[in-house]
Amino acid sequence: MVLKWLTGNPGSRTKRILWSVLLLLMCMAPLFMTPFRLGLLTKFLALAILAVGLDLIWGYGGILSLGHGVFFGLGAYAMAMYLKLEASGTSLPDFMSWSGVEGLPWFWEPFRSFPAALILGMLLPALLALILGFFTFRNRIVGVYFTILTQALVMIVVTLFVGKQEWTGGTNGLTGYPSILGFNLNTPSTKIGLYFITLAALAGAYVLCRRIVSSRVGQVLEASRDGENRVRFLGFDPSRYKTFAFAVSGGLAGLAGMLFVLQVGIISPSMMGIVPSIEMVLWVALGGRGTLIGAIIGTVLLNSAKTGISEAYPEGWLLVLGALFVIVVVLMPKGLVGVWSKVVSSLSRRGGTVHAAVRKEG
Amino acid sequence: MEMTILQVFNGLSVSSILLLIALGLAVTFGLMNVINMAHGELIMIGAYSTYVTQGLFTAYMPKSWFDTYFIAALLVSFVVAALIGWLLEMILIRHLYGRPLDSLLATWGVGMMLQQIARFIFGAPNVAVTSPSWLNGGLAITSSIVLPYKRLFIIVLVALVLTAMYLYIYRTVQGRRMRAVMQNRNMAGCLGISTRRVDGLTFAIGSGIAGIAGCALTLLGPIGPSIGTYYIVDAFMVVVLGGVGKLIGTVAGALGIGMFNTLFETYTSASIGKVLVFALIVAFLQWKPRGLVALRTRSLD
Amino acid sequence: MQPYAKKVDFSVPVRGEVREIGISPIVLSAEDITVTFGGFVAVNGMNLALRKNELHFLIGPNGAGKTTMLDVICGKTRPAAGRVLLGDGLDITKKRDYEIAGLGVGRKFQAPSIFANLSVKENLELTLDPDRSVFRALKVRRNRCTTFEMKKVLEQIGLPDRLHVRAGSLSHGEKQWLEIGMLLLQKPRLLLLDEPVAGMTDEETMKTGMLLQDIAKACSVVVVEHDMDFVRSFAAKVTVMHEGKLLKEGSMAEIQRDPMVAEVYLGKRRETNAQAAGH
Repeated sequence: MVLKWLTGNPGSRTKRILWSVLLLLMCMAPLFMTPFRLGLLTKFLALAILAVGLDLIWGYGGILSLGHGVFFGLGAYAMAMYLKLEASGTSLPDFMSWSGVEGLPWFWEPFRSFPAALILGMLLPALLALILGFFTFRNRIVGVYFTILTQALVMIVVTLFVGKQEWTGGTNGLTGYPSILGFNLNTPSTKIGLYFITLAALAGAYVLCRRIVSSRVGQVLEASRDGENRVRFLGFDPSRYKTFAFAVSGGLAGLAGMLFVLQVGIISPSMMGIVPSIEMVLWVALGGRGTLIGAIIGTVLLNSAKTGISEAYPEGWLLVLGALFVIVVVLMPKGLVGVWSKVVSSLSRRGGTVHAAVRKEG
Repeated sequence: MEMTILQVFNGLSVSSILLLIALGLAVTFGLMNVINMAHGELIMIGAYSTYVTQGLFTAYMPKSWFDTYFIAALLVSFVVAALIGWLLEMILIRHLYGRPLDSLLATWGVGMMLQQIARFIFGAPNVAVTSPSWLNGGLAITSSIVLPYKRLFIIVLVALVLTAMYLYIYRTVQGRRMRAVMQNRNMAGCLGISTRRVDGLTFAIGSGIAGIAGCALTLLGPIGPSIGTYYIVDAFMVVVLGGVGKLIGTVAGALGIGMFNTLFETYTSASIGKVLVFALIVAFLQWKPRGLVALRTRSLD
Repeated sequence: MQPYAKKVDFSVPVRGEVREIGISPIVLSAEDITVTFGGFVAVNGMNLALRKNELHFLIGPNGAGKTTMLDVICGKTRPAAGRVLLGDGLDITKKRDYEIAGLGVGRKFQAPSIFANLSVKENLELTLDPDRSVFRALKVRRNRCTTFEMKKVLEQIGLPDRLHVRAGSLSHGEKQWLEIGMLLLQKPRLLLLDEPVAGMTDEETMKTGMLLQDIAKACSVVVVEHDMDFVRSFAAKVTVMHEGKLLKEGSMAEIQRDPMVAEVYLGKRRETNAQAAGH
């Protein structure tokens, strides 16, 4: 009986109960976690927002982006710029005066306002994704070609951020901002507040992406992943659908970046570079692409592992990361969720309970 | 005038390095539709092979022979990188055909591991390789323009590799098989060509060329475990721009990117130059989405 | 193989009737179409007028340019010269493929190109809604209700009980019908079909032929076909292409009588048929 319940007869009631329990547990997390651990969890949840968006385009649209570090970085920088200006008060941010900049550059001005920074933090990455998507998908630049272009995008944005030190803080990035809207970022109460904000944002991102994939947009995305030309001859313009999904994904990455900065207190070009960008892909791949929930699971698991391994044995992480890529791609292309559902189906078969295919369609 | 000569030379020099790196990539991508993200690490392997060869020469060979080490190193780099590439194809890539994005991720994982292994063996800091003395100095064209022999040597080396590739692809039986597989894998298989062997061999050759590139890079500066990643993205862009299936596309792509990069960097800054080149490539793809040279097919999807 | 046409007489063409159909309005006309691939001229100054309620067969030997002609009409291939006009005079030569599809020109390729990972219903849903914009699609939940239109089309293509089956598990013939059904839901003014009965059993072929006749009652249907028995059984009007040019147009009876056609096409075909029968 317990087994049956655990294996989750996919009736919607059981599902709803599971979800409620999970959500309740998440809400109670601050009660039984140290502030340090809670901070880590918040960071992982913020990253999971990005992963959900990445899964939207990769799992459903078949578009692999190695450029999400850029979108993430743009959001993070937007928030960091606001925080930096708040911390600097009326004077120029410290790194600018070191580089001999006289006045605040014009594009820094909007970030004096919190709402503007909040909006721009999602809008800018979404816009960049929109532009890149428009100019590539329109000409059917897809598959590995697109992937390579996104990687090149990462490289040039990182070069640009490093090179324009007087505007971006260069290699050091932006750091040194203790508070947001007057709340000290390091007090436990702010941490708990941020935790709930992040949790809510993740839930929102998940619901948004779930809505998208269960609408006809998801259908068209999946269809054009399997056969783009056929979709065109049915009268759809797949490039619009892909561009839309890519822009949403970019916006979510920006949101993730903003929440990440609040938690970590620093953003630098190396955090949006080629290696972090491709690491993001592994979060989704490990959890199971095309499931959305897998993206969240993969992100939390992998980042926990990263924290653990890096603490104990910093050299080893890249080796583990590399090996994981190979293992996941070759041995479990459907990720942990795929493995799980395989286990579930074999268990329920052995248990003799025949869950006939009463799966609710969709 | 002097400025122009220098510009063209610098552009040519950058292009030649890009081409050397991209050649191997283009071959494997064109043949198997596999983007080998570990290509940069094969370059790194070539570079460290040179480093080791040099060390062996210093330790076991008479001093007067030292300058010949580079010739030996070219061979060693090629063979070592080719062997590792061949193994990589046998063990991993073979199982991922038809899944280009997955093979991209898996090879990236392999690259990551290779980098880390190099760090374990040789240490994280960069190491310097002493260039052979016959490559020091330069060719003085006018009193103010001196073209370094090292750069000239790389240009000549690329020309040699390119010629060898051309002869191999268009003049040998193996090359003909390779072209057959490239154009129609199934048909070639039906005609009795062992596509597996062709794949393995081609991948080994592509990797070997990466090894040569790594060897050449030791002339330009110190080498480290992540030397490959520095060049690899540019090399990918060469493949995207050049298109797949013909050497001439890769050559044109490398020349285009190398020349424009040098040009933009002279008049703006290094970072803005990169942005401009990227914008130019995306703009170019609007006109020719499949790159400069593309094989035309009539099939759907 | 016994030609099924001799068992059941479905042949519509009676001389005179073709002329009568000829009066119905033009749905699409292609004028002086020329297509070159590299140096090779695939279609050379071809003219084609397609009329409403017409089941129009496009035949010709291999390499005659039939499929290329369909590619030009649906926007897959850009012609080097010539233009394609809809019945209302709209020039669609330069339009993109999905725009042309949106204007009611449905194209079916030779191989079944349904979406194997979606259910039959989801496949049909894709084409149900005439508005193909992203924002419209965002509002529509997938797999919601089965509309009256969908049921009608399901009946028409003979798959009423296969609604929830994964499309990939259908038989070859059923996949082809499903694809035709998807095109029907777009309410097309013109359907372009490339060898729809290739690989079908005799029975399936018959069913397809009747389905096409049925469809032609509401729109114009063009079929590229090699199976001459099929053409003979169902064609109302036949256009013969040869080396990228128009060779002859008319009823099947007229085509069969034409010495030129017999020479380039039917003659050869008969020979091969005879040879095949001899084995």
